[in-house]
Amino acid sequence: MNNILALAIVVIKELYRRKDFYVLFVLTGLLTVLLGSVNLFNDDKIVRYLKEICLLLIWVSCLVIAIVTTARQIPAERENRTIFPLLAKPVSRAQVLLGKFTGCWLTCGLALLIFYLFFGVVSGTREHHWPFLNYFQALWLHWWLLAIVIAMTLLGSLIFAAPSSNSTIIFIIVVGILLLGRHLGKVALQLPEPSQSIVYSGYMAMPHLEFFDVRDLIIHNRDLIAWWAWGMATLYAMAYSAFFLFLAWLAFRKKALN
Amino acid sequence: MPSSYLLLSLLFVASFSLATLLQPLYQSWEGSRTSSTGVINVLFGDSRRMFANHFFVEADIYFHNGYYPSIFDQGKLHESSPMAQTIESGGKHEHDSPRHDDHEKERKSDFMGQPKDWIDRFGRNFYASEHTHLEKNGDEREILPWLRLSAELDPKRVESYTVAAYWLRNRLGKVKEAEQFLREGLRANPQSYEILFELGRVAFENRKDSQTARNLLELALRRWREQQEGNSEPDILLHQRIIGHLVEVEEQAGNWDAAKKYLEELKTYSPAPQEIQKQIDEITQKNTLPSTPQPAPARDDK
Repeated sequence: MNNILALAIVVIKELYRRKDFYVLFVLTGLLTVLLGSVNLFNDDKIVRYLKEICLLLIWVSCLVIAIVTTARQIPAERENRTIFPLLAKPVSRAQVLLGKFTGCWLTCGLALLIFYLFFGVVSGTREHHWPFLNYFQALWLHWWLLAIVIAMTLLGSLIFAAPSSNSTIIFIIVVGILLLGRHLGKVALQLPEPSQSIVYSGYMAMPHLEFFDVRDLIIHNRDLIAWWAWGMATLYAMAYSAFFLFLAWLAFRKKALN
Repeated sequence: MPSSYLLLSLLFVASFSLATLLQPLYQSWEGSRTSSTGVINVLFGDSRRMFANHFFVEADIYFHNGYYPSIFDQGKLHESSPMAQTIESGGKHEHDSPRHDDHEKERKSDFMGQPKDWIDRFGRNFYASEHTHLEKNGDEREILPWLRLSAELDPKRVESYTVAAYWLRNRLGKVKEAEQFLREGLRANPQSYEILFELGRVAFENRKDSQTARNLLELALRRWREQQEGNSEPDILLHQRIIGHLVEVEEQAGNWDAAKKYLEELKTYSPAPQEIQKQIDEITQKNTLPSTPQPAPARDDK
């Protein structure tokens, strides 16, 4: 456990040394403030468009941070040859994977916390309404979505040749699932056999990341998500993260490092 | 050394002279990026109309608090749900129009149907799956940014102006802003009878200025005739509403003959001509009764 935590702390330190987060945060803040200053029919209570744009920027920023940070972890260790002393500590390959995953996930958690704090302040000052529990549910689900994405990216970093190709592929998969995941079942049912069975199997097997995208509920001030559903979604995310981490371990276990 | 300073001065003077020559040409050039519409045109080109449509639909999504059919639900929707009629009618939710009945049907409609599997059932906990509307505390204001954006991207899209003006005027009490936005729309669409009609309503219902209202409504009627008469499917609903308002204006001013003339025209299009005839009879009765007629304001035919 100590080895995993030590590795995780190194990853967290890497985040605050690099400029990715700062750039994305400043950009998000700047765009949100700029759009918030637009005069729309002399009405300063209009807020939902601002919430929508701010949340979109937060989602894009967090996905970029999660995917880019994770994708370079193992390839960088191999390229710099620091993986050999790391494994000679002795730290097992499973611990390296878990350490990298925990570090990236905690890093994203910290970034999310700051982003959502900013979002809460922007929305609260305009709306004079503070639905803390809704924000907590949204942040929590967002964080667990990033756990799945990070586990997928770790697996990708062991399969694909370069971090850039891995990042691009994972980004396309994640955006694809977020946009189409909910509707793939409907599409499958309209197809003839055997396409129907193939697409429907894919629909059942893929990680439904759209469960964790509750932006619409936040933007339109909808009620809280049922706590049982929130808990089940967390378990769902845990299961998929574990599954991808296990696959990554299988790929990493006997991989030649030189 | 002095020769290099001379050369530098010469280059500076040449640049300055060229700038004074080119600046007016650049300002008058149609491709100039100095105006906001120029920037939008350069960035989006003709695709801005597609985006304008997208943002107009976004306003409707906001009106339904995020409960809205996706592109994958549209096929089913067109077969059964009255919500499609609302979308096609430009998202107008007027409670004084027949569309209100559609809206009541729409409330009862459910484009989602029964969940198809456990993923569908479970997933409904995480997005807007209950049909509600923005109808309290002036929340309707939330649709306005998208309508404004839609109008910016496609100034020829008349619905953006009329729908925004409706909500601004009727629900948010922002008559001045509604009128200003409609005037912007009229500048971009000088032939639009829809915008003229809305401006007429602003003048009549909010400003209580019958004279201006009459002029605007008559102009709207003239534009309607120019554009719609002879069409295989004329916009009958708006024609009826223009005439209905003109009748109100004339009745208020005591111009019974003019009111009767409009009612006669309305009768030819109305699905209930007996009701219109009853109204005509009432006016004829009023007209024959000995009374002090209200002074009719001077007619200003534009």
